[in-house]
Amino acid sequence: MSLVLSIATTHIRARLRQTLVGLLGVATGVGFSVMMAALMEGSQRDFVAQLVDAMPHISVTDQRREPPPQPAEDAFDAVEIHGLTTPVIRPGIKNPYAIIASIESWLPGAVAPSVQSKAVLRFAGRDTAASVIGIDPRREPNVSKLATQIVTGSLTDLYKSSNAIILGSGLAQRIGARVGNSVTVVGGNGRTISATVVALSRTGINQLDESQAHTLIKTAQILAGQTGLVNEIRVRTRDAMSAREIAQRIEAETRYKSVSWLEANEDLLAAFQIRNFIMFAVVGAILLVASFGTYNIISTITHEKTRDIAIMKSLGMQARTVRRIFVLEALMIGVMGVLAGWALGYAMSLGMGQVEFKSPFMDATRLPILYSPMHYLLAGGVALAASAIAGFFPARKAASLQPVDIIRGAS
Amino acid sequence: MSLPAAAPLVRPLIETRGVTRVIGGDIPTTLVAGIDFAVQPGEFVAVTGPSGSGKSSLLYLLGLLDKPTTGEVYVNGKATSELSEDARAALRLSSLGFVFQFHFLLPEFSAMDNVMLPMRALGKLGDKEMKARALDILASLGLADHARKRPDQMSGGQRQRVAIARALANDPLVILADEPTGNLDTVSSGQVLSIMRNLADSSRVDYAKAIIIVTHDLDLAAKADRRVHIVDGRIAAPALQND
Ligand SMILES: Nc1ncnc2c1ncn2[C@@H]1O[C@H](COP(=O)(O)OP(=O)(O)O)[C@@H](O)[C@H]1O
Ligand SMILES: [Mg+2]
Repeated sequence: MSLVLSIATTHIRARLRQTLVGLLGVATGVGFSVMMAALMEGSQRDFVAQLVDAMPHISVTDQRREPPPQPAEDAFDAVEIHGLTTPVIRPGIKNPYAIIASIESWLPGAVAPSVQSKAVLRFAGRDTAASVIGIDPRREPNVSKLATQIVTGSLTDLYKSSNAIILGSGLAQRIGARVGNSVTVVGGNGRTISATVVALSRTGINQLDESQAHTLIKTAQILAGQTGLVNEIRVRTRDAMSAREIAQRIEAETRYKSVSWLEANEDLLAAFQIRNFIMFAVVGAILLVASFGTYNIISTITHEKTRDIAIMKSLGMQARTVRRIFVLEALMIGVMGVLAGWALGYAMSLGMGQVEFKSPFMDATRLPILYSPMHYLLAGGVALAASAIAGFFPARKAASLQPVDIIRGAS
Repeated sequence: MSLPAAAPLVRPLIETRGVTRVIGGDIPTTLVAGIDFAVQPGEFVAVTGPSGSGKSSLLYLLGLLDKPTTGEVYVNGKATSELSEDARAALRLSSLGFVFQFHFLLPEFSAMDNVMLPMRALGKLGDKEMKARALDILASLGLADHARKRPDQMSGGQRQRVAIARALANDPLVILADEPTGNLDTVSSGQVLSIMRNLADSSRVDYAKAIIIVTHDLDLAAKADRRVHIVDGRIAAPALQND
């Protein structure tokens, strides 16, 4: 064992209680940092995952970011237009399957169309408003979780009868309909069809389950009175993070507005960054406070060991060697604290993961915890750096001591 | 004693030229003034003088623990005042051995580990050689059975002998002792005294080392080859006391 190490160990061993206190300070700091990071990033990831899962990564709609070009602009290089209204264009995406085919030709991911329409469900003499969404059962599972949210029946049951409908579980309950029942659906312009309930869906979000119904594209188009048009083409990219670039390309190619989930939730993602900043500030403060304890211990040891330091220096030990002894002591407290802190943080994360949350708006959930080695390395690294700094200042003071001052006084 | 005091034409192991040390403050105090002093290889010198005369102060200057305000201290012919702190520490570690009135042993370490401390700091020997050497030195000072004891498990005399063993650890050119018997009873003093005399005798054989002892113990001073008397920070009389 090196001289520095053996002296440092001796000092630490002779002060078990103080060491333990310092160690607990670091451990608490590291433990809470790890747990907080696990919780914060866990909930953030969970939220984003839910967002990414629940939403199409890219939504292509018939809106445009700019008004469509005037015919004169197509004809001339430069025109100035006064007093003209923008040309009227019909809402909806034309030739959806041609567009889907062209996107699919290069897209890493999946594409599905949908038609949104407002309707009134009439059953057992009562009217209930609902949003009826037309989907393509073969494509839908690739872009949304609807297929997994069917609780009775299946998505392909939509093909079973000419006008089939899947009701949200809450909606079905509200109107009292069951699978096999026939409901009357009244569309926007009074178009009425009779549809058979073939399945029930359940997302776990009450608001959706009480208001949504799904049909085939064709059925929804009839209800909305827009044969051949869809309202939205949803794209699910293989890599959710590349959605922004892909959306730009789709928009450039189709000239339909394509909004990635990143763009749609920009404010939310910015809020996460602020939240992360706050977390880092708090974690930093915790670890800083923990290092005060270490500073205190090393200061105390250097004071108690003034005489030993003097004799070591008088014998010819270099100042940097003396400094190393006390920085090493701080690091030893730091390392033990970090190890204990990791265990504490892991245990607290496990505990937090057991906490169940009940909400009237959602199914009960557990706190989402993210176990990431990065959190442990980061908290450990910061704690060790703080320990080294906490040890450095008293160590430097101790190392600069003039042995003759102490020896003169003691002889 | 018929042996010559010093071999001629040999460079002094330690030499001071015009060394003065003034401590600053509101009222500057002169600790030592105009000391010219040389110790030849093989010499055993006693520095005597009344309490507060500046004996310890001189020893600290000789031992490179303190720097002269003016003048120069030479160790083995080398001027030391321009050396860095680290270089002075390195010279202390390799060439000087200290014994103080208080033993200054590290309390948590065994006698053995205390003796090995300077060796480990120097880092010239392997672990086994260091242990063997430490045991050898302890045994030669009659401490073979106490190598594993900590300072608090030993008597004052034993502790002081461990301190002497530590001073010998790196085979120094000069041993500097400041009242090494000052805290000891008569029996222990006698032991330390004869150890010093033996060291002096053995170093006189090859003219390699020197011993400088600060003391007001007249028995101890009498064992020295030469006495230097200090009064008020000055060498009082030429070294007449030499037998
Ligand atoms: N740090 C200091 N400040 C002021 N005076 C000091 C200091 N150290 C020693 N002295 C004084 O210098 C003189 C010499 O001290 P010292 O060398 O210890 O004498 P000795 O060892 O001969 O008893 C004494 O008068 C002592 O009081
Ligand atoms: Mg003295």
